[in-house]
Amino acid sequence: MLYRLPLIAFILALCIAPFMLHGYPMLMLNYVGLSVIVVLGLVLLTGVGGLTSFGQAAFVGMGAYAAAWLTTTQDWNPWLTLLAGLLLTTVAAVVLGWVTLRMSGHYLPLSTLAWGIAIYLMFGNSQTLGGQTGITGIPPLSLFGWQLTESWQFHILIWGVVLSIIWTVHNMLDSREGRAMRALKGGTLMAEAMGVNTTRFKIILFVLAAQYACVAGWIYAYMQRFVNPTPFSLGQGIEYLFMGVVGGIAELWGGVVGSFLYALPREWLHSHLPSLLGRSGSFEGIIFGVLMIIILQRAPEGLWPHLHRLWPRRVSAPDALSNAAAAPLDRRLRPARGELILQLNAVTKRFGGLVANNAISFEVRAGEVLALIGPNGAGKSTLFNCISAVSPPSSGSIRFLGKPVERCDSRKVARMGMSRTFQHVRLLPRMSVLDNVALGAHLRGRHSFVASAWRLDRAQEQRILATARDALERCGLCEKAHLPAGSLPLGQQRVVEIARALAADPSLLLLDEPAAGLRYLEKRELGILLGRLRKEGLAILLVEHDLDFVMELADRVVVMDFGEKIAEGLPQEIRRHPAVIEAYLGGVGDAA
Amino acid sequence: MTFDIALYLGQNGVTLAAIYALLAFALVLVFAVTRVIFIPQGEIMTFAALSLVAMRAGHPPLLAWLLVGLGVVAWLQDATVILRTGQSRRLLRAGIVYLAPPLFLLAVVYSQPLSSLAYPLQIAITLAMCAVFGPLLYRVVYAPAAQASVLTLLLLSVALHIALNSLGLLLFGPEGSQLPAFTDGSFQLGGMPVALQTLWIIGSSLALLAVLFLFFRFSLYGKALRATAVNRTGAQLMGISPAFAGGAAFLLAGVVGAWSGILIATTTVIDYEAGFVIGLKGFVAAIIGGLASYPGAAAGALLVGLTESFASFWASAYKDVIVFLLIIPVLLWRSMASGPHDEEES
Repeated sequence: MLYRLPLIAFILALCIAPFMLHGYPMLMLNYVGLSVIVVLGLVLLTGVGGLTSFGQAAFVGMGAYAAAWLTTTQDWNPWLTLLAGLLLTTVAAVVLGWVTLRMSGHYLPLSTLAWGIAIYLMFGNSQTLGGQTGITGIPPLSLFGWQLTESWQFHILIWGVVLSIIWTVHNMLDSREGRAMRALKGGTLMAEAMGVNTTRFKIILFVLAAQYACVAGWIYAYMQRFVNPTPFSLGQGIEYLFMGVVGGIAELWGGVVGSFLYALPREWLHSHLPSLLGRSGSFEGIIFGVLMIIILQRAPEGLWPHLHRLWPRRVSAPDALSNAAAAPLDRRLRPARGELILQLNAVTKRFGGLVANNAISFEVRAGEVLALIGPNGAGKSTLFNCISAVSPPSSGSIRFLGKPVERCDSRKVARMGMSRTFQHVRLLPRMSVLDNVALGAHLRGRHSFVASAWRLDRAQEQRILATARDALERCGLCEKAHLPAGSLPLGQQRVVEIARALAADPSLLLLDEPAAGLRYLEKRELGILLGRLRKEGLAILLVEHDLDFVMELADRVVVMDFGEKIAEGLPQEIRRHPAVIEAYLGGVGDAA
Repeated sequence: MTFDIALYLGQNGVTLAAIYALLAFALVLVFAVTRVIFIPQGEIMTFAALSLVAMRAGHPPLLAWLLVGLGVVAWLQDATVILRTGQSRRLLRAGIVYLAPPLFLLAVVYSQPLSSLAYPLQIAITLAMCAVFGPLLYRVVYAPAAQASVLTLLLLSVALHIALNSLGLLLFGPEGSQLPAFTDGSFQLGGMPVALQTLWIIGSSLALLAVLFLFFRFSLYGKALRATAVNRTGAQLMGISPAFAGGAAFLLAGVVGAWSGILIATTTVIDYEAGFVIGLKGFVAAIIGGLASYPGAAAGALLVGLTESFASFWASAYKDVIVFLLIIPVLLWRSMASGPHDEEES
């Protein structure tokens, strides 16, 4: 329980605050709370999703103006205006996200810059919204006939919202879809291969961040009882982001700490700097700008991780592992041994004039290991990309379990039962081994992030984790389950990738150079593992450089050179095949 | 709208476009070479314009002191590395590299009778200051984080923008100012009066773009920068230092930014925070070109300039809203045209 102590102290402090603080400090605490709500959204977007937005203040403004305008001119119920504001921000965020998130990561922040300015100018120029003076005379918020007008009432509301956001987001990230969100930082290629719709999750994160901002704006409007454009400027949007960066944008509590650390000195500087410099104006930007540059250069992870080291961490208990009673997820029907799994027919891939693969045909059957070998530049990786649906072939057909897949995307083939590893290990280094493997089972779960946020998914989550443990057990890595994946040696990381692929319950396992960079003993263990999986009836296609490894393990071997298939057969036949010997050692006639 | 008005708005739009094109060009260049999205370009514009205003009023521009300050910081940054490796002779060299140009400029602005210098000479001093300003900003702010993600570099840019913006208020005060035209007068073209200054703006912008085109096409340094833009690691293996390429890109961005700042200050009143919005319009233009294509950025600049000009006629209060929201249909079109792609393969 020791690790919970700071949290308990924090909540206690919040409970005592209304009795200790009055007037301005109380108000200040409320403003910090509103900032925290916005910054928590940015933690999701930036810390989890690796995206960012400078336009959060515009979403706060949309929430505030929706509340102000609808209650003063249309006589709406304040609680209905919250729904209207949320709807408005959601639509805006979906449109912005859908337009920008399909492209590189820097388009979203750039368009939120433009968005932030445009919305702010719109507030200031629209006569309907009161121009620069804004909207006054907003009626107070009431709940069951109880009017919210005092600071302490808003204190309860605001910090209640903050704590419930922290709780729900914490739950959400610790679930099937939460893992998918955390996988966004590991690159789209890996996440998509695990069946994660990366664009969808990026949009979800952006929409959530916009909605939190909208809620903050809505509360702000009823707390102030008037709104004007100033607090919703682009500058304010940038400040929210800075709060996150100061505190540590990768973690929820970093956002909380950052808001306090930023808001309090800012207030002081704003009132004292002009007299120090002997001029009027806001100069705190100089200090904050420079401070931010130093933090980004020296400690881009923010202050929270450093603070966090001061007290004991939660120790992930290995006993939680053993007493989990949940059964792994149901497996799909396994194809019978010897059944045709993958069939390539005259697959050709051209890059402009270069023919990387020329009319390649072969088959992989259940319960066999087929090795694809060839010298550098033979076109193995290109073919691997065609099969795993990363880039479609120029012509020819690929049939997986009898269905054509050459025009599918990698999510679709993952759903059909094809699972892969990567030549350059693509794990999420800071996530635990177990979570990394559980990501592989993404497509086998159903619950959405909304259910997870309120812990309605626990039964299924237990089964997913049981599946991941089962996969780890099959690979002999059970005792490493709770270590961060990045702490493992390369050989074990490759095995974790295989376990992740197994968690998807595949019919076909695609391995891209699994033995690369492994030591002799590690290779032998890998060989034993793959042999066991073959016995379970899995079809395995592996691309490999290491001839000894391949010859010992593979049932059949396909050899490629210069984009052509030059030989196919049993390992011992391949060893004696003249074309193979020539490709690897150079022809006798070439010797100069 | 009559034909005359349309013609006038068109001319105004093309003038604006000429300036945005320069900005967009510099932004694309800096992004390609260093992956930095250079938001503070706008501050370089205002600092240049307001320094020139100060010089014409006979005050030594405080920008010179800022340059000295940046030079000292850059030197200290290098000194920490140099002292750790114990090569004390390089300490002196770094000091000369970082401090000699700012100190020289400081001496110039404090020794010359600034207000009585010829206008072109005043402009030349301003451009020289910004030519030093750009690389120093790169060295002090971006170079220590050169390996960081595009996102971190973008955050650095925004932090730098905030710092420079407030610093601008401190150095130049809150008042707005305007610069006189390079040459007064106008002539008739198809029944429409055209100011000579308009010719200056469009002509110099085109000339500068042409010079830069020739530089990148034919000179060795230009080719080195292009190589770095295509493949940083590959260029490094060929002996092109990324720090050099970054500094060179920022030097060009400094000069181009300063020139556009001076041009725009001859057409409208500029205050310490005006540059940001103008710079962002350059960004909209660059984004239309996908942050990668120079002709695309030029076309984007034309679109932004004309949109702004015509929007100011129909809905003057909303002209900036319209220009900035232009980015949404443009990005939609781009994302439809290019389709999804993977940005991680770096």
